[in-house]
Amino acid sequence: MNVDLVVVGSVIAAMLTAATPLLFAALGEVVTERSGVLNLGVEGMMLVGAVCGFAATVGSGSVVVGVIAAAAAGAGMALLFGVLTLSLLTNQVATGLALTLFGVGLSALIGQGFVGIPLPKPPAFAIPLLSDIPVIGPGVFEHDALVYLGLLAVPALAWFLTRSRAGLVLRAVGENHAAAHALGYKVIRIRYMAVLFGGAMSGVGGGYMSLAYTPMWAEGITAGRGWIALALVVFATWRPERVLVGAWLFGGVTIAQLHVQGLGFAVPSQLLSMLPYIATIVVLVAISRDVARIRLNAPACLGKIFHPGG
Amino acid sequence: MDRRTFGKTALGLAGAAAVTLGMGAGTALAQQKMKVGFVYVGPVSDFGWSYQHDQGRLAVEKALGDKVTTTFVENVPEGADAERVIDQLASTGHKMIFTTSFGYMNPTLKVAQRHPNVMFEHATGYKRSKNLATYAARFYEGRTVIGLIAGKMTKKNVIGYIGSVPIPEVVSGINAFTLALREVNPQAEVRVVWVNSWYDPGKEADAAKALIDQGVDIIVQHTDSAAPVQTAQERGIYVFGQASDMTRFGPKAHLTAIVDDWTFYYVDRVKAALDGTWKPIDTWGGIKSGMVGLAPYNTAIPGDVVAMAEKAKADIMAGTRHSFTGPIKDQSGKVMIPAGKHATDEQILKMDWFVEGVVGKLPK
Repeated sequence: MNVDLVVVGSVIAAMLTAATPLLFAALGEVVTERSGVLNLGVEGMMLVGAVCGFAATVGSGSVVVGVIAAAAAGAGMALLFGVLTLSLLTNQVATGLALTLFGVGLSALIGQGFVGIPLPKPPAFAIPLLSDIPVIGPGVFEHDALVYLGLLAVPALAWFLTRSRAGLVLRAVGENHAAAHALGYKVIRIRYMAVLFGGAMSGVGGGYMSLAYTPMWAEGITAGRGWIALALVVFATWRPERVLVGAWLFGGVTIAQLHVQGLGFAVPSQLLSMLPYIATIVVLVAISRDVARIRLNAPACLGKIFHPGG
Repeated sequence: MDRRTFGKTALGLAGAAAVTLGMGAGTALAQQKMKVGFVYVGPVSDFGWSYQHDQGRLAVEKALGDKVTTTFVENVPEGADAERVIDQLASTGHKMIFTTSFGYMNPTLKVAQRHPNVMFEHATGYKRSKNLATYAARFYEGRTVIGLIAGKMTKKNVIGYIGSVPIPEVVSGINAFTLALREVNPQAEVRVVWVNSWYDPGKEADAAKALIDQGVDIIVQHTDSAAPVQTAQERGIYVFGQASDMTRFGPKAHLTAIVDDWTFYYVDRVKAALDGTWKPIDTWGGIKSGMVGLAPYNTAIPGDVVAMAEKAKADIMAGTRHSFTGPIKDQSGKVMIPAGKHATDEQILKMDWFVEGVVGKLPK
């Protein structure tokens, strides 16, 4: 009985950490897309964030500096994307894909001197009282600061997008950039800020991989999590609180299937490995069946190029 | 997705210039030397599979640097891209080309047919032709040695095994490990978790965590990143590394690692090519040939256990110990290898069943 509880606690604890990089990247992309910009370069921004965060931590000895560097590097990549798509009006889909390819290569180049260097894990902080719950408490309620930060970002962004003036302006720009422009809002400037925020969040998500999840640098360390984050945004119909549910679902199923294998259930491991993706697709299909729901939630100007002159 | 192809001549002429297959720029001196090319599936900096192959290339340069120049192309995806890269090497004057991943098998064969005067060497495959040789290592021999160590070091008698993909090479490794484990510790069992990837640090770490939470006290990995070693160190249990010495990721946890060592083989083969004695043979080397070795033992391993491991190594080299000596039963208790017999090479190469003592079904 106790053993089962330990396993359940372990699944939940691992789920929280597995969801964190997805959560950061997907929340950033929600803000970017809500402003009407589709940035498919999440994977590339995560990788550059991961390697720059790692390099900065090795150089400075401080994880805090590393996380800031990861955010700055992700924002730097996003700035490049912004200049191309917002100022030079290139196609967002093609530019985003190129950004990912560029990020994969750039991160490998920067990371050449950092392969094989181990880093210590960042310290974990226990939540008082809750972490004293026997058996499951220590695992579930004791994490590094970024896990908590990711969780706090969910209500903060939900509030920002639905209750704050700035958030409503951002959404207006994403829904109808011509109207927002006519009302005097600086569409391009607002979109730049949204894109930069998305990049910084992706950078932190990548940095979480190389600083806390597996504190090391290895080429392609994010292993496709950027693409999962992009899927989660649609899955969540562009809402922060649903992003959290999606990230937990994906992380939880990933971890649970590893436990199922270890316990020796006779289920093919290939099938189990597909489970997180199947679960995500099933939910996506269920949501997409309801056309009105997607249409109501998807920013109407998503991916459309805005030119103030016309 | 990653098409970065870094060309680099042995003389360091091009330095680390990232020129796509920019190996044409040899000096008159270099022209007289034999050009040898290497194709890697990962980055040379992976500290695993591709890194070890590159160590072999560097050994060739060191031993025969006055007679050959070497070139490598890293991060070459298996499939159509590989054929293009291999063909490019063959067309730019390389007389000998090593392709170092299973998925290069058909591309290598095709290119070999187009360039009959170039000698090809393909790792871990089984297709040969008059100018295409194959080579692989008997990694399972190393797993026998670590199985013996694990049997002595485990306290809970449950070992966690992180598998990459269920192919015979990995399955035979799990079986060799389990047989040796239970030889010294009949109560011990092995729990296998497949991550269905050769390289995903996050998922490998998750698998290690899951196994540790289920009560294993030693982790064995057959995946390429050092993440399981790091996780084991953090959680205070032991681990065996893979492909290269991973001690730095877990000084306390890392008991030893199976190390691939291609240096002897590569130097031998290039020498044979220079002498004109090269033949398109199949080589399957193990501990005896030096292809499979062990990283330095952790000081946590008691002296008598180290002695036992060293004796097992010596016995394997002498031919008096075989990793698969009957009687061997599968999970259902059926005798697969009768008493007094060894598994044949063919049986090992096609192994698709688990021995007794492995928990969980083998995915087919």
